[in-house]
Amino acid sequence: MEGRSRVDLFEYQARDIFEKHGVPVLGGIVATTPEEARAAAEKLGGGTVVVKAQVKTGGRGKAGGVKLAHSPAEAQEKAGEILGMDIKGHTVHRVMIAEGAKIAEEFYFSVLLDRSNRNYLAMCSVEGGMEIEQLAVERPEALAKVAVDPIVGIDEAKAAEIVETAGFAEDLKAPVAEVIRKLWTVFTAEDATLVEVNPLVRTEDGAIIALDGKVTLDDNASEVRHPEHAELEDKAAADPLEAKAKANGLNYVKLDGEVGIIGNGAGLVMSTLDVVAYAGEAHGGVKPANFLDIGGGANAQVMANGLDVILNDPQVKSVFVNVFGGITACDEVAKGIVGALEILGDEATKPLVVRLDGNNVDLGRQILTEANHPLVTLAETMDGGADKAAELANA
Amino acid sequence: MSIYLNSDSKIIVQGITGGMGAKHTALMLDSGAQIVGGVNARKAGTTVTHKDHEGNDVTLPVFGTVKEAMAETGANVSVLFVPPAFTKDAAIEAIDAEMPLIVVITEGVPVQDTAEVWAYLQGKSTRMIGPNCPGIITPGESLAGITPHTITGKGPIGLVSKSGTLTYQMMYELKDFGFSTAIGIGGDPIVGTTHIDALEAFENDPETKAIVMIGEIGGDAEERAAAYIKEHVTKPVVGYVAGFTAPEGKTMGHAGAIVSGSAGTAQAKKEALEAVGVKVGKTPSETAALMREILQNL
Repeated sequence: MEGRSRVDLFEYQARDIFEKHGVPVLGGIVATTPEEARAAAEKLGGGTVVVKAQVKTGGRGKAGGVKLAHSPAEAQEKAGEILGMDIKGHTVHRVMIAEGAKIAEEFYFSVLLDRSNRNYLAMCSVEGGMEIEQLAVERPEALAKVAVDPIVGIDEAKAAEIVETAGFAEDLKAPVAEVIRKLWTVFTAEDATLVEVNPLVRTEDGAIIALDGKVTLDDNASEVRHPEHAELEDKAAADPLEAKAKANGLNYVKLDGEVGIIGNGAGLVMSTLDVVAYAGEAHGGVKPANFLDIGGGANAQVMANGLDVILNDPQVKSVFVNVFGGITACDEVAKGIVGALEILGDEATKPLVVRLDGNNVDLGRQILTEANHPLVTLAETMDGGADKAAELANA
Repeated sequence: MSIYLNSDSKIIVQGITGGMGAKHTALMLDSGAQIVGGVNARKAGTTVTHKDHEGNDVTLPVFGTVKEAMAETGANVSVLFVPPAFTKDAAIEAIDAEMPLIVVITEGVPVQDTAEVWAYLQGKSTRMIGPNCPGIITPGESLAGITPHTITGKGPIGLVSKSGTLTYQMMYELKDFGFSTAIGIGGDPIVGTTHIDALEAFENDPETKAIVMIGEIGGDAEERAAAYIKEHVTKPVVGYVAGFTAPEGKTMGHAGAIVSGSAGTAQAKKEALEAVGVKVGKTPSETAALMREILQNL
């Protein structure tokens, strides 16, 4: 799945990370209730603040998710209005109370992984504040794009090249380049795949400040060398079944259909979702209920954990287990299925269709045949299994 | 003939003493591949023993460095089963030793590490496959990776795929024809060998008569491959893209959407491939049927 190896941060989390690495930001405190918002406004000096909805989507300003408050009491009132709002399908659970700034100019800066060129790309514009896609389409010449070598990084020379290409006024080049170098530190030190600041502003008193930031972290790197990143995950937003799967180290995504899916390898599982969805067209339009990849080399316990998550999804009517054993041994998969069904006993009521091929397939099929569980049907092919599972989900 | 890997390939395993390394060294030997040794700095001077495909014991030397392993064995391929935290250093060591081909199986490598390795590799003689890939198999000749060697044998089809298990599935669907080489390039955002690299190699390989290309959602590798096919590939190509019904990934940063220049959806990829005359199957079995038809008419 495209989303499996990235963690997008909220604005307040990005702000905190910027501050940690010396990027100039304004004071900002996250609040989950109107009362907390009031306290936060008081802590920031009691003057004018901005109450900003914390959602991982754009266009919150237009949706009414950003409001000015001239006193702590007003901050409380505005937070009350914004909390609970729905912005493009995202419920607002948090607001950030941020110091106000007198903005003279707005700029744009980002650095990100460039998959196509297998390096990084810095983008910068003296025309910030607007939607950057719009700028890229309407006035591409206003958006400087500068390739960044992953080994050299954004050193002084590269930062100078970026501000030069973007066309900053002479007196702004040095201070903006300095902030860009600090944002590069954020990118590498935190193992980000995206650091974006929009807008980067010059205040009336001449300071360069990152007013709104977006950071995407590389989940692989978080696993390997950033245990502290675990705290940045949005646990409130996670589906309970997804949380349970994650606790068991399973790669699971809840979907909206009736056929539970378990497979090995992201590609094969995605393909299985497709094949089940197509098969479902002939069986009352049933659809896949989830994506679940048990990964390579899964043992019986992993298989049983996966089955446990899926059978606990009340929407699931049938389950399709589709495994092609490369590293994964089919006999382990079969043992996991038999073991999970034994533990569940009478609680197991949903039919399972199992298709096994590859590593130790004969032994795997033999284990299932001998167990002869009334809920289990063996399928010969991926298409046949998908069709059977869809049919059972529509029964 | 084949691409990148053949019966003359001499393979070493970086991480040969680890759990994954040991297990797959045994499987690679069982396939008949020439595994000539391994590397683990902490166990230099020791040996590991496995069975070859005829059931005889094979004792393999463990070296302290890749350079030493190459000098002693004449190895020209290295397969990496090194944990993700150490993969970058292991790959750079192999590049410095001028290893012609490195196959990085390791899953979970930080993408900035891969970006650095890729930048480091520029202008050097090494080809990298992976990371996060099943590796490469030339059936009946050699195996550098984890693809089961028992699925099928030698034949006229070249296969390139992001996904391991879909590679196996497709080899299984077309097992009656067999494959010249099947290469899993890996699903990470940055990989050393792309669809385009493999297409170019298959185009130049006389044994490969037709090519199966398997993609999945995300990025624009398939769209770029389509453009390449239009200009440079004369052999028939059949495509498959997984993820038509997958939910959209998490919202990408605005900047990310600009760079990929495509929605990265399965539909967009299918259309790009069909626009250059590549037949695209909706499912693995339909894709296999399209290939079957092509081979029968050759």
